[in-house]
Amino acid sequence: MKITLTINGERREVDASPWKRLLDLVREDLRLTGTKEGCGEGECGACSVMLDGEVVNSCLVAAGQCDGRTVTTVEGLAHGDVLHAVQRELVACGGAQCGICTPGIAVCAAHVVDRGLIRGKNDHEARETVRALLAGNICRCTGYQLIVDAVVNAARETR
Amino acid sequence: MSSAYIRPRSLAEALDAKAQHPDWMVLAGGTDLMVNATHRPEPAGILDLWRLPELRGVTMTDVLTIGAGTTWLEVEHHAAVLERFGPLAAAAREIGALQIQARGTLGGNVGTSSPVGDSLPVLLAFDAELELASAARGRRRIPYREFCTGYRKTQLAADELIVAAHLRPPATRTRTTWRKVGTRRAQSISKVMGAAFIELDGDVVTRARVALGAVADRPIRIAAVEQAVTGLALGAKAAEAARAALRSAIKPIDDVRSTATYRRDVAENLVARFFS
Ligand SMILES: Cc1cc2nc3c(=O)[nH]c(=O)nc-3n(C[C@H](O)[C@H](O)[C@H](O)COP(=O)(O)OP(=O)(O)OC[C@H]3O[C@@H](n4cnc5c(N)ncnc54)[C@H](O)[C@@H]3O)c2cc1C
Ligand code: FES
Ligand code: FES
Repeated sequence: MKITLTINGERREVDASPWKRLLDLVREDLRLTGTKEGCGEGECGACSVMLDGEVVNSCLVAAGQCDGRTVTTVEGLAHGDVLHAVQRELVACGGAQCGICTPGIAVCAAHVVDRGLIRGKNDHEARETVRALLAGNICRCTGYQLIVDAVVNAARETR
Repeated sequence: MSSAYIRPRSLAEALDAKAQHPDWMVLAGGTDLMVNATHRPEPAGILDLWRLPELRGVTMTDVLTIGAGTTWLEVEHHAAVLERFGPLAAAAREIGALQIQARGTLGGNVGTSSPVGDSLPVLLAFDAELELASAARGRRRIPYREFCTGYRKTQLAADELIVAAHLRPPATRTRTTWRKVGTRRAQSISKVMGAAFIELDGDVVTRARVALGAVADRPIRIAAVEQAVTGLALGAKAAEAARAALRSAIKPIDDVRSTATYRRDVAENLVARFFS
């Protein structure tokens, strides 16, 4: 079927099976390979993208469901050469190692930071909030501390 | 050949399509149906209910009505749910993680009716009614306790869709609780979970509904526990009565997530806590 969607601010039209996963539509048809596949089961969050303003696992969304919708992938987080605060902080804090989880972390973190969801009376509470909100993003390398550092910093800068 | 695809604009249109194509996949958030999608056969057609306006949203009149297409994220932030349906808010918050809650719907949880569906013991404890609809016969209501009839088996007819769930709010002297035990706080399928709706006169239980998930082929009410605690005051004695009644009432299984023994011990602790 013909699928028209707005991806990272640009309107695109692709011809694909409605059963195709949004993940594959993004990587294969739209050639945006920043989005990664980890598990293909909705468990790991590596494939996270924003769909109509919510963070979703693109491996669990059917392409047909994206017709007429708005998608933002990791490629859409930066403005030109200016990285999103969470991207900048992930770099600064060393919140990425092998990098497979990183695009998903960046998308999910950007969403929760931009929505102002990271609250807390003190640093400890803010960190716990970040851990809860990012619980659907699995990282096998970093041990999470540096990721949490990065997201808390980004939230502080953005506030 | 690639699947046909319909995104109906109204419930009437959806019901017509369902009647015409009973074999098509009814897709809401896809968090059950799209798991490992590349290893599944391409469906003949997809009937996409995502964001269908008539299925979406929570309303509170004398009962709470949750449209089948309402996401867990919407459920857990709704003021009336937070205020009077604590167990539902708690269950919603523990379904998967943010990404799953943004897509997963009540209708999907009910449609799958897996023994580990987290909202299902809550529906049982509140004795919720489901509203179903078909083009041929219009709307009908059925208590959730009659809806799920076996392992992922339901009373949904081939031409029907789930429209909503209706829950009566608890009276003031009612204790309602929900508890899930899994491997980690987020993104884990329950080893055991349960909900209770306990009507009280002072401290004495006048009526109780207790439901557990992951201890049988479907989410179940535990009548033996409900009877055992009726007439007792909340506290150590009621907790012990609940524990003893549960022991012989369930036959949990060993599987990849847990063992029968562990499930039995945890289930006992859950119901004991409900009444202590
Ligand atoms: C990583 C992960 C973690 C999860 N964690 C949990 C958890 O902790 N607890 C839990 O309970 N579940 C969990 N789930 C399962 C799932 O998220 C829930 O069951 C969710 O509520 C399903 O909703 P959906 O809209 O995505 O369903 P879909 O996958 O779209 O549909 C599920 C079923 O319901 C049917 N259906 C949907 N809507 C209707 C309707 N209106 N009328 C008729 N039939 C309908 C579909 O045909 C299908 O059979 C998890 C899933 C994943 C992938
Ligand atoms: S690849 Fe989608 S959640 Fe793991
Ligand atoms: S950096 Fe390797 S999985 Fe997170």
